[in-house]
Amino acid sequence: MIKKLFTVLALVASSAAMAAGSTVPLDKAPIDLTDKESLQRGARIFQNYCLGCHQMEYQRYSRTFRDLGIPEDIGMETLGFTANKVGDHIKNAAPKADLANWFGAAPPDLTNVARVRGPDWLYTYMRSFYADPTRPFGVNNEVFPMVGMPHVLQELQGIPYKATETRLVDGVSTEVYVGIKTDGSGELSTEEYDSAVADLVNYLEYVGEPSKLESRSLGIKVLIFLGIFFIFAFLLKKEYWRDVH
Amino acid sequence: MFKNFMSWIEYRMPFMEKMNLHVMQYPAPKNFNFWYFFGSLAMLVLVNQILTGIWLTMNFVPSAEGAFASVEYIMRDVEYGWLLRYMHSTGASAFFVVVYLHMLRGMMYGSYQKPRELLWIFGMLIFLVLMAEAFMGYLLPWGQMSFWGAQVIISIFGVIPVIGDDLTLWIRGDYVISGATLNRFFALHVIALPLVLVVLVFLHIIALHEVGSNNPDGIDVKRENNGEKIENNVSDKFTFHQYFTKGGKKIIVDAIPFHPYYTVKDIVGVVGFLFIFCFVIFFAPEGGGYFLEPPNFEPANPMKTPDHIAPVWYFTPFYAILRAVPDQLFGAIFMFLAILFLALLPWLDRCPVRSVRYRSTLHKANLINFCISFVALGVLGVLPATPFYTLLAQIFSFTYFAYFGLLWFYSKNEKTKPLPVRLS
Repeated sequence: MIKKLFTVLALVASSAAMAAGSTVPLDKAPIDLTDKESLQRGARIFQNYCLGCHQMEYQRYSRTFRDLGIPEDIGMETLGFTANKVGDHIKNAAPKADLANWFGAAPPDLTNVARVRGPDWLYTYMRSFYADPTRPFGVNNEVFPMVGMPHVLQELQGIPYKATETRLVDGVSTEVYVGIKTDGSGELSTEEYDSAVADLVNYLEYVGEPSKLESRSLGIKVLIFLGIFFIFAFLLKKEYWRDVH
Repeated sequence: MFKNFMSWIEYRMPFMEKMNLHVMQYPAPKNFNFWYFFGSLAMLVLVNQILTGIWLTMNFVPSAEGAFASVEYIMRDVEYGWLLRYMHSTGASAFFVVVYLHMLRGMMYGSYQKPRELLWIFGMLIFLVLMAEAFMGYLLPWGQMSFWGAQVIISIFGVIPVIGDDLTLWIRGDYVISGATLNRFFALHVIALPLVLVVLVFLHIIALHEVGSNNPDGIDVKRENNGEKIENNVSDKFTFHQYFTKGGKKIIVDAIPFHPYYTVKDIVGVVGFLFIFCFVIFFAPEGGGYFLEPPNFEPANPMKTPDHIAPVWYFTPFYAILRAVPDQLFGAIFMFLAILFLALLPWLDRCPVRSVRYRSTLHKANLINFCISFVALGVLGVLPATPFYTLLAQIFSFTYFAYFGLLWFYSKNEKTKPLPVRLS
């Protein structure tokens, strides 16, 4: 009875929590923190397309190189554009006050963005820009309407637009929104673009919590130790308590 | 050699004497069940918070400019800093889990009843200080939820007539939450309140050992010795400190020495607890967004209010009561009363029988009502205050307070079951 009630309460809580978020259904981000190549590709996309405006001011190049399996000298050459020393944070030299003026809001720091928004939100967001001539940069976003950010991956994706199809609805032919498509002018196909965004989100997820992989592998060892310790603790208790029973 | 050393000590400070009194020869009822783990677990978590807190302090920068970055520094650049931080943040939630269960145990078995009123009061004071400690600690990472959660909670004091505004100013040390607030909260969080907490825990245990531990049957294990032989008394096998037997005037029935019997038993509880605790630390440190809230990974921004401000889960039952009352001042009063009534339980409950095992069906139903109300308020406190949820919060606030009112009413002439003579 009580258990049932708790289940109902938990359901109410979780459905309300979901309702509080975005109204657009989010796609599941296919991320894998153990895939170092994906993380490296993501890091390259970040350095090439994001770092111009966004920083990762709490994450150091050295840490990124170490965790992604990139030798420091190669890393500094291929990714360390903004670094003087390998121990520097991943920052840019963009004028912060001007950025806020140009885009309407200062571009947020992205160190923890995956922990604030969640990987699914990021994955969907980066694939939800569409052409909208009423906006200053000619694009709007399904997940984050009226966002100040331009579509920086346009050269990869091409120009995305909201695709509609003519369908019969209740006997009337109606234009129905079927999703975002691209005009094909980008360097990547739709599948390649999705995969590139997944790499980027994978990298953002890693930077959000660089200790995650270490934490999981240490965690398994700790739990196994505690499991074995439990047996001994239990037997010890049983042995002592023979006096009492 | 060691013996000589010990007797040298003993002559100057009664170390073994006190150890015998409180540990090796302390009579603990033999029938402690699952619910009796949470006292020792609360001590374990307190030690965890103090130790991890010391190491976090070594790298934390208590300033509005440096706090958030220093936490990220701990998470990324300090060796095992992430582990220390997660042990501390998960420990805060674990503290409230074990303390709430510990309090529920006291309510189930009537552990607050005479002669344990003072023990219960010390426990309630620990709970109050713990809430202050947790609240101030949550401001320190200087994230969005730190800032805005503190904003909401401090503003509660502003509803007090006449002195309210000045009081919030005095708490913040500024007209808004600022570095001044952060610094004083840091001082209170790492020095003042932990000291108070440790002293209160000490008093809690001294008071406990004076009146003796209650047990799931709620009957006494220390009785007047009228020379009668008690059959099958496990206590006959053991030596208890003469402080408890009063030189033979009292006889101890169905109790066993705390050490080694409950120390080895508590180790089992500790390992079981650590299994769950470590699972959260290593695999779900955010606790589903309830232990570490997602907006708290963004630095505090006084210009940007988060969409939905919810205090951390352990405050939400009381927060839901606050929001359920339309008038702010009365909301704050009811929130205060929700805690005060708990503290007054020893006097609200007038039944001579302690344990729920031997009390009326009405009391059992009422206790279940209390648990449901408390959990439901906790859930509602994290949800946005829509009209429907507010109505639910009003209903559950009513049933929460009804627990105390009904208890006072029926406990005077409650129809109880006969108490057993011996512990089961």
